[in-house]
Amino acid sequence: MPIITDHLTYVYGAKSKSKKTALDDVSVKIEDGQFIGLIGHTGSGKTTFLQLLAGLIKPFSGTVYLDGEDIFAKDYDMKTLRGKLGIVFQYPEHQLFEETVFKDVCFGPKNLGLDEKEVQLRAYEALKLTGFEDDNFYRSPFELSGGQKRRAAIAGVLAMKPKILILDEPTAGLDPGGKKEILDLVKSLCKNQGITIILVSHSMEDMAEYADRILVMNDAKIVLDGTPTEVFSHYDELKGYGLNVPQVTLAMLQLRECGIPVRTDAITVEQAKKEILRVLR
Amino acid sequence: MKIIKSKDVTFEYIKRDENGEVEGINKALDNINLDVKEGEFISILGANGSGKSTFAKHINSILMPTEGTLWVDGMDTSDEDKILDIRMTAGMVFQNPDNQIIGQVIEEDVAFGPENMGVETAQIRERVDEALKTVGMLDYKKNSPNKLSGGQKQRVSIAGVLAMHPKCIVLDEPTAMLDPAGRKEVIRALRALNDVEKITIILITHYMEETIYSDRIFVMNKGKIAMEGTPREIFTRVEELEEFRLEIPQITRLAYELRKEGMRIPECVLTIKELCDALSR
Repeated sequence: MPIITDHLTYVYGAKSKSKKTALDDVSVKIEDGQFIGLIGHTGSGKTTFLQLLAGLIKPFSGTVYLDGEDIFAKDYDMKTLRGKLGIVFQYPEHQLFEETVFKDVCFGPKNLGLDEKEVQLRAYEALKLTGFEDDNFYRSPFELSGGQKRRAAIAGVLAMKPKILILDEPTAGLDPGGKKEILDLVKSLCKNQGITIILVSHSMEDMAEYADRILVMNDAKIVLDGTPTEVFSHYDELKGYGLNVPQVTLAMLQLRECGIPVRTDAITVEQAKKEILRVLR
Repeated sequence: MKIIKSKDVTFEYIKRDENGEVEGINKALDNINLDVKEGEFISILGANGSGKSTFAKHINSILMPTEGTLWVDGMDTSDEDKILDIRMTAGMVFQNPDNQIIGQVIEEDVAFGPENMGVETAQIRERVDEALKTVGMLDYKKNSPNKLSGGQKQRVSIAGVLAMHPKCIVLDEPTAMLDPAGRKEVIRALRALNDVEKITIILITHYMEETIYSDRIFVMNKGKIAMEGTPREIFTRVEELEEFRLEIPQITRLAYELRKEGMRIPECVLTIKELCDALSR
């Protein structure tokens, strides 16, 4: 079920003097099963864009089509959307509240009105998908480590069986080990379950490693759209947007300036290593 | 002169089950011995739950050791009469800028600390301007903090601490919620404070590349100091770091991989410039 945004525009305080366009005429198509990275500096419009995709706010003009259906049409049932699209907000562990991890994960599907057996089955599957050990199912979510808590929160969303998963900075505040766990999990959800991923991150290195396609936002618009390699070839432009290229890409650019004739399109350590060895060996 | 001296500091807390019954005793800090000289730039790394933040809270007398003693500029942090002096000596900046800014106008916010210390009005003005200038935010002093970017807000938080004229600033993941440009701004401001104003900086972070300019790095694991050394000493010990759920900066990783392939590169490369120098030879 592709997502298509058609001239999507959002204006804050449209009738007041201090109106501000938070999303400006965005038309983009997101194919099934893609891993999309969304980057942009604070205030560039990322969150507004995500809120519109999730139907949490209504556009000023334009619309979003999910599965060919206009989600802002009068007769569209938002429940359909809720069943298809899941969101993991920033610091999702703040939303954990139940006595046990298992109960917490059951909360979503229970509210979908499913019968008890189905609810438990889904919770079990979701926790397994996120790599929870059975021993941890009945622990209080508050006893878990940071990375585990976040996985529990993601399991809660997965139990709704979404086809599209939106994650807003899911690794903020996690140690490098926890960060890798979460990103590997998200990647496997995309690859093995075919879930479309839209992930916001401030780490260019992670985007280079994990995303299939990167959307760059600046000043309420999508200004770059392409594979990580394509997007990170626009060094000066990205810098102008307050963003950057991965550390290794920067290194390749500087090596070239130092007179070492390497290609500058490496975006991961592995690619950079190969290229340097090719030239210098 | 030692600004921070920690001798056998242990911090235990009682863990209770849902019914409030004591379940066990957890050691968040286990025999920490650590000295920081005045004017040093120290980084503390460690996985989530390793005790970094607990230790930081000890420096500010928010928590007090169960065993052992911690001195801040010669004052025992368990001495209740000294709490105010300790907090004026060692200021603290936290992760979320939105939780730390309370003023309606930036200069008001920065004045909050010195006002509460009973500094004279004329002097407060001087201190506020000076602090905002130091972090490069003087032009915004009459603005509302609401419209600032994350990096700018965090610099205002730092200015708020600076206006109290501390000898030492402890920052607990100050860049975790910031975009790349914001992170750079904050780190640049910290380095300037250390270089120019000679203020002792203790930086807790999950971003390895932010620590490469520190004088020393401490790595914490399970409440203990697991490693201690200069960035170059620390980032040479790749496998150990990975065991503690940490990583090495991407550039260091690239050089490490190239070295493994038999290229002649110094053992620990920290910056792109060092990499260029090593490869141009």
